[in-house]
Amino acid sequence: MTINKTQDGSKLEIALEGRLDTMTTPSLEEEIKNSIEGITELVFDLKDLAYVSSAGLRVLLSAQKTMNKQGTMTIRNANEEVLEIFEVTGFIDILNIEE
Amino acid sequence: MRELSVEARVDNLEQVLAFVDEEIDRLDCSVKIRTQIDVAVEELFVNIAHYAYNPETGPATVRIEVEKDPPAISITFIDKGVPYDPLAKADPDITLSADDREIGGLGIFMVKKSMDSIDYEYKDGQNTLHIRKLI
Repeated sequence: MTINKTQDGSKLEIALEGRLDTMTTPSLEEEIKNSIEGITELVFDLKDLAYVSSAGLRVLLSAQKTMNKQGTMTIRNANEEVLEIFEVTGFIDILNIEE
Repeated sequence: MRELSVEARVDNLEQVLAFVDEEIDRLDCSVKIRTQIDVAVEELFVNIAHYAYNPETGPATVRIEVEKDPPAISITFIDKGVPYDPLAKADPDITLSADDREIGGLGIFMVKKSMDSIDYEYKDGQNTLHIRKLI
């Protein structure tokens, strides 16, 4: 998985490419941990994300919990398979997902 | 029927997925079904890697069968670890808000939701978990 971060002041955009799974999640967790302080607007661009498992969902939920305290979090451009996983797990209701 | 036996360690997940995907890619399967099967295999194998022999490790076997009528993929996971029935766990409450949701318990829930059947058995010192997906 490739993680591309773009920061503009307190706005951080993270674009994910590939598979967010048990093997790749720790690197995203680390990236978020290192850069979330002071961020008020967090955006995940999932255009090139092909796959997410429960390990990835845990990291997104954890980021959402942090952002609920300090700003907003948005998910953008999720593909059909990823959206379906958000739907089955109820994440569609707790994440702010832009269509 | 094809079978793969590996040490139940998370870093063998890629090998297990490659083994399963090789079989799926020979069939006329939608991306959606392939993704659902991949997620199920990941969740179940990682569960075995984390819990079956903890803190030691041991063998895990993944057996894959393709059925013709109706077309389906059947995958069986076998380990010799501690008895562990993942189906006995209550489903997470998916109606709670982000702040009230617990981080965890989602993996097996996703498998239950996406597969057509899932069965667990503990017999002769082995955990056997079987999933089946119509394709």
